[in-house]
Amino acid sequence: MPHPKRLARRTFLCAAAATGAGVLAAPVLADIPGVHTKPIPSSGEALPVVGLGTWITFNVGNDPAARDASADVMRAFFAEGGRMVDSSPMYASSQDVVGYGLKKIGGPKVFSAEKVWISGLARGQAQMEKSRRLWGVGKFDLMQVHNLLDWETHLPALLEMKAAGKIRYVGITTSEGRRHGDFERIMRSHKLDFVQLTYNIVDRAAEARLLPLAQARGIAVIANRPFQEGDLLRKLEKKPLPGWAGEAGCKSWAQIVLKFIVSHPAVNCAIPATTRVDHVLENVAAARGPMPDAALRKRMAEHVAAL
Amino acid sequence: MAEWWTYSLSDFLMFAPRTYYRLFELMNEALWPAHIVAVVVGGVILTLARLGGAGAGRAAAGLLALAWLTVAWAFFLERYATINWAAEYMAWGFAFQALLLLAAAAPGRALAFRAERSAIQSLARGLILAAVFLYPLIAPAMGRAWRQAEFFGIAPDPTAVAALGLALLFPLRAMWLLLPLPLLWCAIGGATLWTMKAPDAAVLPAVAMLALVLAVAKTRSRRAQTRGAALTARTASVIDGRTP
Repeated sequence: MPHPKRLARRTFLCAAAATGAGVLAAPVLADIPGVHTKPIPSSGEALPVVGLGTWITFNVGNDPAARDASADVMRAFFAEGGRMVDSSPMYASSQDVVGYGLKKIGGPKVFSAEKVWISGLARGQAQMEKSRRLWGVGKFDLMQVHNLLDWETHLPALLEMKAAGKIRYVGITTSEGRRHGDFERIMRSHKLDFVQLTYNIVDRAAEARLLPLAQARGIAVIANRPFQEGDLLRKLEKKPLPGWAGEAGCKSWAQIVLKFIVSHPAVNCAIPATTRVDHVLENVAAARGPMPDAALRKRMAEHVAAL
Repeated sequence: MAEWWTYSLSDFLMFAPRTYYRLFELMNEALWPAHIVAVVVGGVILTLARLGGAGAGRAAAGLLALAWLTVAWAFFLERYATINWAAEYMAWGFAFQALLLLAAAAPGRALAFRAERSAIQSLARGLILAAVFLYPLIAPAMGRAWRQAEFFGIAPDPTAVAALGLALLFPLRAMWLLLPLPLLWCAIGGATLWTMKAPDAAVLPAVAMLALVLAVAKTRSRRAQTRGAALTARTASVIDGRTP
């Protein structure tokens, strides 16, 4: 017999899907009351705390049905108050699919986060221009050096582009805890607007040095791989929802994981990726309602660690 | 790549299994009824492999080259490249194997099938048979749609398996020239399926292992035959020399 407090992602989604039908038909709104935002330290611009990643999920090639499904995910995301969409040239067709979605849903108010992922200045510039054309935007809001690839070349160029008004923010990325030493050195030595790193309820290495450093240096933090590409949720969803889930305003494990991430004082935004409208609604809903305080965050982490 | 030891195979998988299999579905829809031609070509290659002889060897190699070129273009460049930026390199690999097959099939090359009955020859022909006629059954057997079936001459995996079988039928030098790229593809394809947690992920590595064992066994057997023949000749000459 199922545990009374167990609420699997699928169960939550039945209810979410019902509201989703209305959401998809609604006009895309720029700002939705009730959605938690955090200011980008370097500008004060407010960003909703849940964004949209595109790794794997939006890499669907020329499959017309899958491209339309991705556009539906984006429509639901923006309609519920999401703004940041993150992609990379590394993600194959994801950029093209993002561009397709943006065009299809009529140019919503997107915060475009892209990456440069190639060696060499000229090739980097050409890659960024190609990315811009694929997205169909005038300029990117945020350009990041992906996985620090040739960062010595790209970072000065990005800072020049920012000064020239060609991009609005500059950042660097890493994932899965790699190169944190280099990451820290660059954070200390360069004027960055954003860093992107892996942080979730079980991958917490960034808490030791990088997150405090980001706070101290006034750098916004984007948390990638919040669900460990789904592996974390698949494990957690076998367990009943804990009693304190309601205190945090969570109706699912996905929301627990997301609220844990974005309630860290240094983290501005998490970027879960999904192919499904019901999942994106569930994810964006984590940007609403009560957020866990430090004591509850501690309980959350201890509970998950003990599972 | 920095800290390369921290990467796992899953870090390089940039698409979902659903997306990968949809490639075959969309490709099958677009290319139908080319599948009938592909199966007929596979059947002809199998028949040539049974006939034996230099002409049959060259014809089979030429047809197989056509299959590898088709896969390079229709699968890797036209479809797989949309979800995997490494697919272009794979297309070059398949095109290069086609060139090797054409070079091996050029007039004057010793590419005769051995008209002999041995376990190795039978297993090699069995690989071709499986690639052409059994491989399309794997998708439905694994619970995927028929529309996602993989056909020889269109999809890379059965084409590589057929190439392994055919290479094993050729003389040693041509065999070792034509084995590496199909073996490499079996490793790449198997790793991809394993990372996708596909239930049939073991098929390609198992076939590659079998082909490798058969190739080594054939090489040792031929060398033993050569040594035996040389010994016989030396013995005969010694006997002849002592004969008054």
